[in-house]
Amino acid sequence: MAFLLRRLGSAIFVVFGATTLVFFVLNILPGDPAVLVAGDGASPATIANIQAALGTNRPLGVQYEDYLWRLAHGDLGASFATNEPVLSRIWAQFPATLELTFTSCVIAILLGVTLGVAAAMHEDRWLDRVIQTIVLFLTSMPSFWIGILLILVFSVWLHWLPAMGSGRPDQLILPSACLGLNVSGVLERMVRGSVLDVLHEPFVATLRGKGLRELPILLRHVLRNALIPVITLFGVLVGQLLSGVVVIETLFARQGLGRLIVDALSVRDIPVLQGVVLFVSVFYVFLNLLIDLSYAWIDRRVRN
Amino acid sequence: MSGHILKSTLLAVFGKAETRAPVKAPPRWRLRGHAAIVLPAIIIALILLCAIAPGWLAPYGPSDMDDNAILAAPSWHHLLGTDQFGGDVATAIIYGARQSILVAFGAIALGATFGTVIGMISGYGGGRVDAVSMRLIDVWMSVPPMLLALIVAAALGGGFSSTVIAIASMIVPRFARVIRARVIGIKILPFITAARAMGASRVWILWRHVLPHTGSVILVLATVGVAEAIIIGASLSFIGLGVNPDQPDWGYLLSEGRNYLTDAWWYATFPGLAITLLVVSVNLLGDALRSRTESRQGQK
Repeated sequence: MAFLLRRLGSAIFVVFGATTLVFFVLNILPGDPAVLVAGDGASPATIANIQAALGTNRPLGVQYEDYLWRLAHGDLGASFATNEPVLSRIWAQFPATLELTFTSCVIAILLGVTLGVAAAMHEDRWLDRVIQTIVLFLTSMPSFWIGILLILVFSVWLHWLPAMGSGRPDQLILPSACLGLNVSGVLERMVRGSVLDVLHEPFVATLRGKGLRELPILLRHVLRNALIPVITLFGVLVGQLLSGVVVIETLFARQGLGRLIVDALSVRDIPVLQGVVLFVSVFYVFLNLLIDLSYAWIDRRVRN
Repeated sequence: MSGHILKSTLLAVFGKAETRAPVKAPPRWRLRGHAAIVLPAIIIALILLCAIAPGWLAPYGPSDMDDNAILAAPSWHHLLGTDQFGGDVATAIIYGARQSILVAFGAIALGATFGTVIGMISGYGGGRVDAVSMRLIDVWMSVPPMLLALIVAAALGGGFSSTVIAIASMIVPRFARVIRARVIGIKILPFITAARAMGASRVWILWRHVLPHTGSVILVLATVGVAEAIIIGASLSFIGLGVNPDQPDWGYLLSEGRNYLTDAWWYATFPGLAITLLVVSVNLLGDALRSRTESRQGQK
């Protein structure tokens, strides 16, 4: 219980810190949002007008106070471009991103765990080397290049799957395969290492000595122990996925938060940008909290 | 081979207890081990050469356009095909190397410097300084890396230096964490106590005694970081936030080529291949470095 409270407290602190960080990055760094909104060559009067409208001519402390106050009431402000509340735009786009993140995560886990276990079982033999080489390439290719290759093969040449859009299940296959492939490499390395660690433990030798076959040893004893530390990697994985989403949604012309960010960038819509980054960060922090707690629940040694 | 068996048998029979330890097997993968360093090093050297002197290697000038070969498939005239203006893709890739490399290296140099300083102060200072800076690092890392780079680049308005700062901003906290852990391990060693007893100042101890011992860690982190910086730099260009389009880097070429996927597969494929080759080479070199430094630390 004390552990839970401590972790919750630090998560709340981090969320508060993240809101502050995002606010200051977008407001303190050289580059006045009003100038960004007005565009190149705008007259000083236009800029002053925009500053007044945005409230950016007030002292930064006042702006920050105002920002926190509205945030506490669940108000992320209104978009410069469409004047819609940022939060409702986020909620409209969130399901598409969640869908993509979830399916890529499933693909990454299936692929990463399978390859990792297979590589570990064949340590230093040819299968292991083949898998390690594949993984080296998977982790080294930019996700959007994997996406382009997938589009070329499956959409342009084979005409099997659509390259663009979102909403239908078949439109989800290529983008999630692309993100999943990209992230599975990191997972594979972790799983391989973890399974190898367990395989070298004396209890495995004992089980083998008792005459158990390799498969039951693997499934019933090794995996159970080996996959626990992998859970901690899950947070990093989702962080990577959320980073990849920005580019992948643009590449596949999908709806979603990443697309919202890129669109906001092109019209310099600061409130939307601020809102989405904040939303994703809060999601990310609480997901990590959940992972930490579940880890502590599974492995009691962590609690102290 | 028989020599080994003979030697080990002789040792087993006549040797003393300690020397009976398993005779070291000849390294099976010796050639592989060397190839894993030499091959990526050659590729990286080639790409660096492209970045330093593109004019030597490029078959055409950076703004040469062939009106008779618009979006032409790879041929002897244009090994990697041409773009929508009839420009040679191979030439564009060779000229783009400089931007991609400068962004990645610049970001690492900046991020590593700040991260190392924060990590050393935090780790060596300990106590309240450490607690506060580590909480700040937690906050810093709570924004997913690409999004952080994105808002920093957006706030700074795009362009070369803003891209470098944006990527550096996601590198700093990782360096800070790892260096801090390393420094905490170093500061309890006797030679630091000795230096302190001799009246050396904190800055002097950090600079002359602690920093050299973090060298291998910095090197390994930097290679991993360069690989990631190249990809993030390309991603930022890809979504239109990167370096100046007048000096197109590989990410920019990819984003252009993406508009012609149905007509010109080569346009987006080869810049991506260039990025992948560079990142694979950097990663291989990083792995080799890591296994060397780790085995050396293991021997200590």
